[in-house]
Amino acid sequence: MPRSKTVESFAAAVADIPDGAVIAFGGFAGPGTPYNLTRALLDQGARRLTCIANTTGGAHQPRLPDVGMLVENGQVAKVICSFTAATRPTDVLPFTKYHEAGEVEAELVPQGTLAERLRAAGAGIPAFYTPTAVGTELAEGRETRVINGREYLLEYALPCDIAFIRAWRADAAGNLQFRLSQRNFCPLMGMAAKLTIVEVEEEILPAGALDPDHIHLPGIFVQRMVQVPPPPEGLWTIRRQERAR
Amino acid sequence: MSGEGTGQPGQAAGWDRQQMADRLAREFQDGWIVNLGVGIPTLCSNTDLGDRAVIYHAENGVIGYGPVLPPGQEDLHLVNAGGQNVSLKPGAAIVHHADSFGIIRSGRIDVTVMGAYEVSADGDFANWKVGGAKGGGIGGAMDLAACAQRVFIILEHVTRKGEPRLVRQCSLPVTARGVVTLVATNYGLFAPSGEGFAVRELAPGISLEAARAATGAPLFG
Repeated sequence: MPRSKTVESFAAAVADIPDGAVIAFGGFAGPGTPYNLTRALLDQGARRLTCIANTTGGAHQPRLPDVGMLVENGQVAKVICSFTAATRPTDVLPFTKYHEAGEVEAELVPQGTLAERLRAAGAGIPAFYTPTAVGTELAEGRETRVINGREYLLEYALPCDIAFIRAWRADAAGNLQFRLSQRNFCPLMGMAAKLTIVEVEEEILPAGALDPDHIHLPGIFVQRMVQVPPPPEGLWTIRRQERAR
Repeated sequence: MSGEGTGQPGQAAGWDRQQMADRLAREFQDGWIVNLGVGIPTLCSNTDLGDRAVIYHAENGVIGYGPVLPPGQEDLHLVNAGGQNVSLKPGAAIVHHADSFGIIRSGRIDVTVMGAYEVSADGDFANWKVGGAKGGGIGGAMDLAACAQRVFIILEHVTRKGEPRLVRQCSLPVTARGVVTLVATNYGLFAPSGEGFAVRELAPGISLEAARAATGAPLFG
């Protein structure tokens, strides 16, 4: 029998994360967000982290654990994301003031470029050309190339030390299924990272219980899994109307 | 939902938000794959297009979503790019983020509708960073703007201070250059023409003179 990938607690799953780690956080507007692993990292206290996520979060109340909280907790040196500020004046990201004050570095990346840089890292591709952001401030001073008459911007792969992701179902081999829009960045980050830690919503099934034709991320990319306990012990999600209250 | 907007006789001149969205949505053709940005553009999905069927694509890999579900009926695993708990239409499909943006970059999106701070006569537009800010919010806007077949913009014709948003050159950092083909404002429907903007339609109660006075580039009637 191979060694089990199932870890008993979120604290145990993140205990050995070192200072300076590059960590990718899955999730998009709720689904796929690793709330429980993020909370455990807040408690664990690793510092000087580089955090990769679509957004630093926190524009709405009440909040569940997000990258912005790690920033507020003094654990983050740099974030790489597609939003360092909100586009609507009424939404304020808690992270923005740390960035404006120069306390935390930020690399702002178009969302599709972020996804493709992660995909490239997981696929063994060092760099690629994309038409996105050509002619904008983001392309200033950077390498471009005209291919078949169109200008493209060179972008590099974005490998990570660790990925935190959330899945719907898993088997003991670490094979994962995501449900609906939970998938988003999660399989890309899982492939881009050396160590992928997953919080799993349903009971982790024996190997062989999931149809091999319906696996979204194979277990070879998954090293650790923790099953999310029911609330209040486990963090699940916030309904939109609860946010609005 | 009304396809004709919610404007009432006697209200202030011009189109309201739903009417602006309706006017652009009526340009959608049968079979188009459509990506709607957060805010006013989402109102395009309320427009009754009759027999024309369009497929709504969201950046987070949801292809073929339907209306937002009422409280209590949501599926918490399913959101559109604005974080709304939407439904799925028959024939929907889910992909991960890299495939979703593969759909965008390979030119499969027939039209993207976005909000903006400014649009220029050359078809440039700015919607990710405000003046003086260090950071911004790009999201999927730059990928969509660079690669969709058409970029439509919805915005108020002037700022709260009364300054024009349709201008010769954008003063804010652009999202993409030369891509905007159609702009709906509360004043009407306009098309960037290089020298200025062609007036495709004026909203009720808006004269060409009034539109000219509120626009930072020539208007061609």
